[in-house]
Amino acid sequence: MERVAVVGVGSTRYSGAQEKTEVELFAEAATEAIGESNLKPADIKALFLGNALGDFNEGQGMLQAYAADNIGCRNIPANRYEGACASASMAIRDAFIWVASGFYDIVLAGGVERAATMGTGLATRTFAMFSDARYEYPAGVTFPAVFAMLAHLYADTYKIPLPKLREQMARVSIQSYNHGSVNPKAQFFTKNANMPVEKVLGSFVVAAPLTLHDCCPFSDGASAVVLASEAAAKKLTDKPVYLTGVGQASGGPLVTQGDFLPRLRAREISSRQAYIMAGLTPQDIDICELHDCFSIASLIAAESLGFFEYGKAGEAWEKGEADIGGRVAVNPSGGLKAKGHPIGATGAGQVHEIVKQLRGEVEPERQVEGAKNGLTDTLGGDGGTLVNLILQRGW
Amino acid sequence: MERKLIFKDYNEALKQDRLLGLKCRDCGAITLPPAMVCQQCSGKDLEVAEMKGSGKIRTFTTVFVAAEGREDEVPYIIVMVELDEGPWIMGNLDGVDPKEASMELIGKKVKMGHKVFPGDKYSAGESASPLFSLDG
Repeated sequence: MERVAVVGVGSTRYSGAQEKTEVELFAEAATEAIGESNLKPADIKALFLGNALGDFNEGQGMLQAYAADNIGCRNIPANRYEGACASASMAIRDAFIWVASGFYDIVLAGGVERAATMGTGLATRTFAMFSDARYEYPAGVTFPAVFAMLAHLYADTYKIPLPKLREQMARVSIQSYNHGSVNPKAQFFTKNANMPVEKVLGSFVVAAPLTLHDCCPFSDGASAVVLASEAAAKKLTDKPVYLTGVGQASGGPLVTQGDFLPRLRAREISSRQAYIMAGLTPQDIDICELHDCFSIASLIAAESLGFFEYGKAGEAWEKGEADIGGRVAVNPSGGLKAKGHPIGATGAGQVHEIVKQLRGEVEPERQVEGAKNGLTDTLGGDGGTLVNLILQRGW
Repeated sequence: MERKLIFKDYNEALKQDRLLGLKCRDCGAITLPPAMVCQQCSGKDLEVAEMKGSGKIRTFTTVFVAAEGREDEVPYIIVMVELDEGPWIMGNLDGVDPKEASMELIGKKVKMGHKVFPGDKYSAGESASPLFSLDG
């Protein structure tokens, strides 16, 4: 198997509803990534594109073919990946496998979404399509409702009084807002810094106990990465970031996961695959972009990824152990909460952040000094799809 | 291989307050929602089994922000119930003020009735869904 490196990344700013099409958004991110790689569109052998809801975003299916043509990657094979919020990470993992196999030497991967453009009603409806349409949606389940139920279950499982847990969850949002406020690519850049706990707890309730500030926003945006074989990478950059571990796992409807909840079994399988492949342990990870679609989701993820004991992640956030300078820097980009969550692009946005961090190219206020090893964690649905990627500095 | 229980038959039974699952003749586990093979051991020798329709609440939420087309339903309570037979199932909770729902609901015994989601333009028709109420 060939070693595979990320040789270039690009991303639009993530935002609320905006007027560029999905092709236009992805073209911006992709052209930046190709340019940063010192390549031309004609050098790209294949496109792997995450896009969860393009059909609903703007009535556009088969986006990948039009996107490839639009950026000048003429007639290359182009595949679309739909794994709800993990779509782009699935795309990157498959792109990795094809380069690692030696079939391609240079490929483009990434994702795009206009979730905010849909508005709250349609976005809530279409996101709910990632729950079981026959056995769960009829009860009116929404994504906030899934994680609201996991929050109550988490409080009950680990015997944490709900008011205490809610305060710990608020600390998660506050940390993410602080990081996002100094990230120019973030939806909430310059906004929401130093939000008081009371404001998080007192904002309107979306699905009890989750308030507005426990929930990530709906977002528009695109991100892209160029992957190359080690031989190709060495000719293109003196700062290759190697993709050294990948994992992906699936799960059935939420109700079938009952005895394992609030943990998500797919995450534990996926992250274990990635750690074993990279030859690393959770203690080796300096920086992690994890799937904080809701504040409680960060606690659940950080525990399953091996950073903190089960039931103790909230305490870790309170002590700053999940912050820059702590035991592991979680979501220095602002995460889904503050950077934004254009679902088909999110995993590529996470890789974008890790690569920029490992290269030492982010704003000083949120730079994780000396970071060598990074992990991404992307969740699709409520445990239906889980992808983890490990990235390591190659110089 | 013949499928023992398809959604259409599950749905028709639920509309009569009968909750159907599949019992594995190999390991005895109940599979619900219905699947091709046993949820526990992946065995193929399954028979249709009717649940008692009772269990306890394992978790809950009150939804205040609705999906498109369901704005008139909020606020409503969703519960995940662990059935006496083992599987977890998702449904709604009736007879409790959604704004008063609290952690005290967890562990409470419930019994099952049903409601019908009439469907929307995306859903390929209606679906019955468990509607629980506190038992005693």
